Amino acid sequence: MKREEIISKINEFLGEEFEVELDDIDVDANLMETLELDSLDLVDLVVIIEKNFGFKVDAKDFVNIKTFQNFYDYVVDKLENPEKKSEDSE
Amino acid sequence: MRRVVVTGIGIHSCIGNSVDEVRDSLFNGKSGIVFDQERKDVGFRSALTGKVELPSLKGRLSRRERVGLAEEGLYAYVATEQAFEQAKITKDFLETNEVGILYGNDSSAKAVIESTDTMREKKDSMLLGSGAIFQAMNSTITMNLATIFKLKGINFTISAACASGSHSIGIGYFLIKHGFQDMILVGGGQEVNYYCMASFDGLSAFSIKEDEPQKASKPFDATRDGLVPSGGAASLVIESLESARKRGAPILAEVIGYGFSSNGCHISVPNVDGPATSLKRSLEDAGIAPGDVDYINAHATSTPVGDMNEAQAIDAVFGDYKPLISSTKSMTGHECWMAGASEAVYSIIMMQNSFVAPNINFSQPCKEAEPLNITAKTIETNLDTIVSNSFGFGGTNSTIVLKKFK
Repeated sequence: MKREEIISKINEFLGEEFEVELDDIDVDANLMETLELDSLDLVDLVVIIEKNFGFKVDAKDFVNIKTFQNFYDYVVDKLENPEKKSEDSE
Repeated sequence: MRRVVVTGIGIHSCIGNSVDEVRDSLFNGKSGIVFDQERKDVGFRSALTGKVELPSLKGRLSRRERVGLAEEGLYAYVATEQAFEQAKITKDFLETNEVGILYGNDSSAKAVIESTDTMREKKDSMLLGSGAIFQAMNSTITMNLATIFKLKGINFTISAACASGSHSIGIGYFLIKHGFQDMILVGGGQEVNYYCMASFDGLSAFSIKEDEPQKASKPFDATRDGLVPSGGAASLVIESLESARKRGAPILAEVIGYGFSSNGCHISVPNVDGPATSLKRSLEDAGIAPGDVDYINAHATSTPVGDMNEAQAIDAVFGDYKPLISSTKSMTGHECWMAGASEAVYSIIMMQNSFVAPNINFSQPCKEAEPLNITAKTIETNLDTIVSNSFGFGGTNSTIVLKKFK
């Protein structure tokens, strides 16, 4: 899957799940604030990622994800390097 | 002691999704029972069930408010919306006043089983999602509704099998009567999915008259062969008379008595003495004589032993006086954890519209019911005082006495 396709898919499921319009996203905007996510929503974000991309997010990886750009980069990296472990566990 | 009145009712059931729809169904003796092929396919002995519409709350509640609601929570939410609207309770009122919640519920089987299935498949608890715990707990209805409606008074679930909804009214009535709360949302919810009814079906307690689903539930009839499971939710706003008058709220009925007892014997087979004690205690609490009762909404579920013992209990308490009796379960099936609350709502609807709903499918009384005045037809009559019985597994009994407000 190309990077653009991955980002498009992410925006689609984030918009659908968290019921927000994501047509004109500022990639540098804060992910949690824009989507109005709390700690419970992060659990659901883990579930959605697993359903859509087939990999399990390590909860501590969220520490380094601030913006949409960080989130896209993280998912793309995970898909391109499935064997790579999370930073904290390396 | 304060007087306790009902100022709002809401209902979501197999015989209607509003008070108006349910009123018409009750008056016309309309059944909500269907044959559900899926139950047969998964190995049920009886495929009969009440058919209840699943409400869609997308656009009405936020995602965070919805994810914790299990099936019975969805029903309870829509029933409560109706009740608050009728009682003229606004969001602003709930924000600035102390309103409690006591709701009857005794399972959330589908949510538990689906989580278990996910655990077995994924082997990772984090993949259950954030709503799983709030859907799976027995207190799912009270924890969700208290959060959604910003309730600040007493808040817990009453689990008493098929008497849960009735006890919620009784305990709420006691708390208001004795001045501990001014207003409480009471009610009962019951999931309808097949997961929650499988083990009950396994006891051979359900009717197998599958050829004619709407004729299967026949309380007190000599040819009855078991109950038909059903569900939904019923909500009632109860409050002190002072509170209702101060708000200018409509007063639909007064709760004047609550009786309770425990059989102290078999876990599933009821007796006569326990229900009779509950009945007598409710009349004593109400300060009325048996002869003051116009109508009894019987618990009668259409099981051979249950109906037989309730008939004897009513006969023992009421003797030569013969109030009108019907079991609305003949139309709704057994709404289990919800039943005590829904049958109080049905009773209030009958009281307001001056009729007794029929005990449909009743043509030949069983021996024990012969002395009783059970009506198979709708009877248009004034109803001042109504008694509603609810009994449950473990021998828990509850009786509510309702009176037309004067």
